[in-house]
Amino acid sequence: MDWGTFLSQLPIVVIVIVGVPAVLVAYIVGTEYLVRLLPDAFRPRVRPWIWVGPALIFVFGFLILPAILTAKTSLESGAGDFVGLQNYQRQLGDFPTGGAWIAIRNNVYWLILYTLVALGFGLLLAVLFDRVRYETFVKSLIFMPMAISAVALGVIWKFMYWYQPPGVPQTGTVNAILGIFHQDPRIWVQDPSVDNFAIIAAATWGITGFAMVILSAALKGIPADLLEAARVDGAGEITIFRRVIFPLMMPTVVVVGTTLVIFALKAFDVVYVMTGGNFETDVLANRMYKLLFFSGNQGGAAAVAMILLAAVVPVLIFNLRQFRAVEARR
Amino acid sequence: MASVTYDHVTKKFSGETTAVNDLSLQVHDGEFMILVGPSGCGKSTALRMLAGLEDVTDGDIKIGDRVVNEVPARERDIAMVFQSYALYPHMSVYDNMAFGLKMRGTPRSEIEGKVKDAAGILGLEKLLQRKPRQLSGGQRQRVALGRAIVRDPQVFLLDEPLSNLDAALRVETRINLQKLHQRLGSTFIYVTHDQVEAMTMGDRIAVMKEGVLQQVAPPRELYDHPVNMYVAGFIGSPRMNFIPVTLDGKTAKASGFSVEFSSAPGIEKGVLGIRPEDFDEQPREGGPRIDMKVEVVEVLGSDQFVYGKVGGDDVIARVDPQFKVTPGDTMKLGLNMRRLHLFDAETEKALN
Repeated sequence: MDWGTFLSQLPIVVIVIVGVPAVLVAYIVGTEYLVRLLPDAFRPRVRPWIWVGPALIFVFGFLILPAILTAKTSLESGAGDFVGLQNYQRQLGDFPTGGAWIAIRNNVYWLILYTLVALGFGLLLAVLFDRVRYETFVKSLIFMPMAISAVALGVIWKFMYWYQPPGVPQTGTVNAILGIFHQDPRIWVQDPSVDNFAIIAAATWGITGFAMVILSAALKGIPADLLEAARVDGAGEITIFRRVIFPLMMPTVVVVGTTLVIFALKAFDVVYVMTGGNFETDVLANRMYKLLFFSGNQGGAAAVAMILLAAVVPVLIFNLRQFRAVEARR
Repeated sequence: MASVTYDHVTKKFSGETTAVNDLSLQVHDGEFMILVGPSGCGKSTALRMLAGLEDVTDGDIKIGDRVVNEVPARERDIAMVFQSYALYPHMSVYDNMAFGLKMRGTPRSEIEGKVKDAAGILGLEKLLQRKPRQLSGGQRQRVALGRAIVRDPQVFLLDEPLSNLDAALRVETRINLQKLHQRLGSTFIYVTHDQVEAMTMGDRIAVMKEGVLQQVAPPRELYDHPVNMYVAGFIGSPRMNFIPVTLDGKTAKASGFSVEFSSAPGIEKGVLGIRPEDFDEQPREGGPRIDMKVEVVEVLGSDQFVYGKVGGDDVIARVDPQFKVTPGDTMKLGLNMRRLHLFDAETEKALN
């Protein structure tokens, strides 16, 4: 270990460890003192804003302000002149193969497959392994992929999908398995007819645990005597699932579903690591990145960012409303 | 309508806890049978085994002549009212009641008729489109009952259905349940921990303790002739007075008095059981009597309870509400020898 670097950085570390709490305490004490100066009636109204204030400033500075500026940039040319919707026209022109349309098409693939498969499998696993003896073990196994970063996931699966020409021993697990069944290996990550699905499959593997865990919690929230009453009423297990369990889980299913939709629209890192967005696997987030950093096209990148925002915001609002419905039912 | 038979039924959980121990009980067709006992006595487990919600470790359960141990719950033709009502929260009252019929493939028109009938009996006609969360506790309970009634089952199972209701509603519902039983004539098996419910509602009562059946008899017999101290102490409120005595031939000596039996009970240590209402505050001349030092007097309007000491033993006596007595008095109480119970101190079994 390089002690020299460590020691030279030590003062900064100390300042952070001591300084951050100190600033926090100073802020709380200081503002509380100021609040006390106010008449009694005002205090409960002012205090919440003071406490939330720093967080609000951060949210404004790092989220809202950039969003507004991005919107502004999307309406400007590279030189900074106002050009109206020209950037949008460039990005959305040449339907269906030009501009952003490939990325939009792929995002739709992600939207449908990633969401439905993760939701479906998550639900299946939650129900199948509920109240079984080895439940904790299996669920931990399924949840483990959540522990790794998207980049790590991308790298792992890139190796899983590795291609060697036919006749040569396959180092990629998927192609090796195909070899056992005497099938030819495929170039999973570069063949446009399958590469999107290969990437989506890898990402779905990573997120199914999330869906399963939340749906499992919702499942366990259903009182046991409700299921017993249904059994005595004459329902078989599948009917019980259809008529009692699933309807009662619906609010949670919707919340998980809309969250997955948001994740699908945000897909970036897995695509970046596995293909860089090439071979027709581009998604909007990747396109935005490339436009900005490779093409220097600020206006175009901003336009793509705005398109993405427009797609996500309705889902966000719906998600929030559903979440409130779940809480209200408690 | 059918009879129910528990034939040496035992239930063990995870090989360790025995919830029900060798229960043999015959419930007659059309009878209102009550299983009563404190928490953990096995009554709910016995009910659930009959419903098909628990497996039977040993023994047979029969509905009518059919052994139902291996028959799944939905094929047993029984209906159950749960303590928590277990109404489907996402369905309307109508759908809750119709669910069981739908499961059996009943045609829609027939379902409508049956649900409307049951709703009429229970006064639920105006509530059919509401969801459970829009109902009061009493209304939910009636929906749970309605759900059972529409199925027209052979046996009705009720698991402490009144325990979540307030006192006034409880009394009203008790009466309605009895009327319902008379009207339907079906076999009712009812589980409760409340001995008042048991005494007021049952044709026969089965008292259970720690998984073992203590006694099964009509309420009167259970009250007048309990077979052991547990049953004697469980049924009747305030509880029967238990006074330890030593026996010498025919004479039983308590710390504050002694009584003579007509024949020697044949034991040395016993427990005398006297119900509070079996004392006479105006004792007969020459009859057996005891002296009580009064400590507390409770005036209930319709009754008066006097708490005090006879010798060294605590005793409760029920006296006429108009009788004048104050704490600190010494009261003379007459004993009714025919209403006296004697229990063996060792086995706790009744002797006379």
